Amino acid sequence: MSMEEIFHPMQEPMILMAAISIVVGAIVVVAGLTYFKKWGYFYKNWLSTVDHKKIGIMYIAVALLMLFRGGVDALLMRAQTAVPNNGLLDAQHYNEIFTTHGLVMILFMAMPFVIGLMNIVIPLQIGARDVAFPRLNAISFWLFAAGCGLLNLSFIVGGSPDAGWTAYFPLASTEFSPTVGNNYYSLALQLSGLGTLMTGVNFITTIIKMRAPGMKLMKMPMFTWSILITNVIIVFAFPVLTVALALMMLDRQFGTQFFTMANGGMDMLWANLFWVWGHPEVYIVILPAFGIFSEIIATFARKNLYGYKSMVMSMVVISLLSFLVWAHHFYTMGHGVMVNGVFSITTMAIAVPTGVKMFNWLLTMRHGKISFTTPMLYALGFIPIFTIGGVTGVMLAMASADYQYHNTMFLVAHFHYVLIPGTVFGVLAGYHFWWPKMFGFRLNEKLGKLGFWLIAISFNVTFFPLFILGLDGYARRMYTYSESTGYGPLNMLSFIGALGLAAGFLVIVYNIFYSWKNMPRNEKADVWDGRSLEWATHSPVPEYNFAVVPTVTQLDEFWFAKKEGRDITAGKFEKIHMPNNSAAPFWMSGFFFLAAFFAVFSAWIPAIISLLGVFGFMIARSFEKDHGRYISVEEIMETEKRLRGDK
Amino acid sequence: MKELFPKQHVMGFGFSLLLTIVALSVVTLDMSYNIAFTILLVTALAQATVQLVLFMHIGESEDKKTLYTSILYAVFVGVITIIGSLLTMIWGYQ
Repeated sequence: MSMEEIFHPMQEPMILMAAISIVVGAIVVVAGLTYFKKWGYFYKNWLSTVDHKKIGIMYIAVALLMLFRGGVDALLMRAQTAVPNNGLLDAQHYNEIFTTHGLVMILFMAMPFVIGLMNIVIPLQIGARDVAFPRLNAISFWLFAAGCGLLNLSFIVGGSPDAGWTAYFPLASTEFSPTVGNNYYSLALQLSGLGTLMTGVNFITTIIKMRAPGMKLMKMPMFTWSILITNVIIVFAFPVLTVALALMMLDRQFGTQFFTMANGGMDMLWANLFWVWGHPEVYIVILPAFGIFSEIIATFARKNLYGYKSMVMSMVVISLLSFLVWAHHFYTMGHGVMVNGVFSITTMAIAVPTGVKMFNWLLTMRHGKISFTTPMLYALGFIPIFTIGGVTGVMLAMASADYQYHNTMFLVAHFHYVLIPGTVFGVLAGYHFWWPKMFGFRLNEKLGKLGFWLIAISFNVTFFPLFILGLDGYARRMYTYSESTGYGPLNMLSFIGALGLAAGFLVIVYNIFYSWKNMPRNEKADVWDGRSLEWATHSPVPEYNFAVVPTVTQLDEFWFAKKEGRDITAGKFEKIHMPNNSAAPFWMSGFFFLAAFFAVFSAWIPAIISLLGVFGFMIARSFEKDHGRYISVEEIMETEKRLRGDK
Repeated sequence: MKELFPKQHVMGFGFSLLLTIVALSVVTLDMSYNIAFTILLVTALAQATVQLVLFMHIGESEDKKTLYTSILYAVFVGVITIIGSLLTMIWGYQ
């Protein structure tokens, strides 16, 4: 491949500008770190940390960054289609941004946001001092970051993937997508997928093995339950993606014939494998949100969560059903009535456990004394909006009717109506809810509420018109349309909504700066009058989480102890065993990144050399003697005294 | 001395060797496709059981309930994925 081909995307002014702004941004960060002499701090405290709270914060930081990357893609798409025959983007560029919008939003925004929150909250909620495998956790994060970086690099170097986020064959084959774009797709997703798989193993082990004494499975907070089930789905769904991506790479770069249309290959098998992973993936990003809403609704309605057992059961049923519905993504691709019938029924069946959860939330709020805080607003907004998404989902589930909706904007509107109130509202609610736990000060409520209303209203303005456009036959992924179709006005309305959404997200980010400057720092540990164990320790949380591991006898032990005037964190201090920091995960993922980057361009020799670096770190780890370290009782006493402020 | 002899492991090793040889017979002996595949499926399942029970001691830890549940779940997902893919891609394809 010539240099010209590698850098051809930069011939486009918009991409060149983006590339320049990335370079300038990087220079500013590097210069800033050097000027304030923060390199050592940055390296020691962040790049080589194994602390679950810091890893969680880094996940969320990347997620917010990617929210803007994906958001800019979305704005460009809406701007391009705002008026008929618009020439803002050409067809190729439009293909690239709808592909990366999907990939970035699902895999590099929703996933890390969810994983970030679970990193921060889960060990605290179950009364543990860290996750089961702290260093593996760091590897998970850095592998995810490497994959994320690789995908974002694609639009400057070599060209973005452009065959849709689903990358259906034969379109994604080298015959129809000759650029390296889809090589980036297979390798970037592979890297971050490996990281996610390790997270799955890590958190299942953590939740099964490291709960506080007395916390039986059925006494766990609902968020912990949702994360346990989510990680079980991760462990069983992600290997399918790993295999599918490997086959894709073999097809594109080694001339195998798995997904070709000749020589015994089967192009539809890609769609099949993709959705065998892809549908459970939807539940991987939605179940944690259900858990977050359960916590928030119980906290701010000041009531016990209604129907705890049915909540758990419905999540287990959803997790099983999530593996039984994937063919509904391609009803129209030629299988018979029997297959479509089977998958129609399983798909509609998911509405039942989801409905159970809806009613449980409503009944939790019934007769409750609701306080309308920012997180609670997101939870309240979620219920009606998500229901619209759910109802249109049942419409789409009917195979015969789906022939009308398939690949239209109706579908696009549906999944945004599920994923935005579900996942995005969920993680934003969790982000506002647990922010004081992470940093020791609250986010400003006024700005938080302004952000919520901007997002909730603009969201409906953006996506409701798409239902109507879809029913009128407006196909998705069209880069433009003629005026005679009459799609213009509603598309314009949708663009206006998209601007509102952008404003909402800007308010949320501005709120970080505003609150950092203006909000009081001496916030008490239990800011929201919470129910579960994370509120029992200080804010911000000390490295060891709990000076004394609390003992639990019931669900919401902290809440009842508070009412009865007991202190569950009282007890004698003992020295605490903690894992050592290590920069190995960071460097190892760096080698992974290099290997994947060279592999994108089929430069196999440098790729293999980089992989040797990865193996080098694995071998070094095998011979490393690292038994962790102890925090002494004096040190704990000092930290506790400082954090209590000893008033 | 008797307690020190790793009887289980030796038994497991023997079984795995035997099962491997039986599976290998599919290649060396001449037999029909159906019989060959039946042999492979049966020996594969037996092999997996030997590994789990004799080497990984699945029934001997206190959280064996969790382990059995996750294996059941894995079997469920695996069977559904394979049968379902065959259904959508071959049997039910028009």
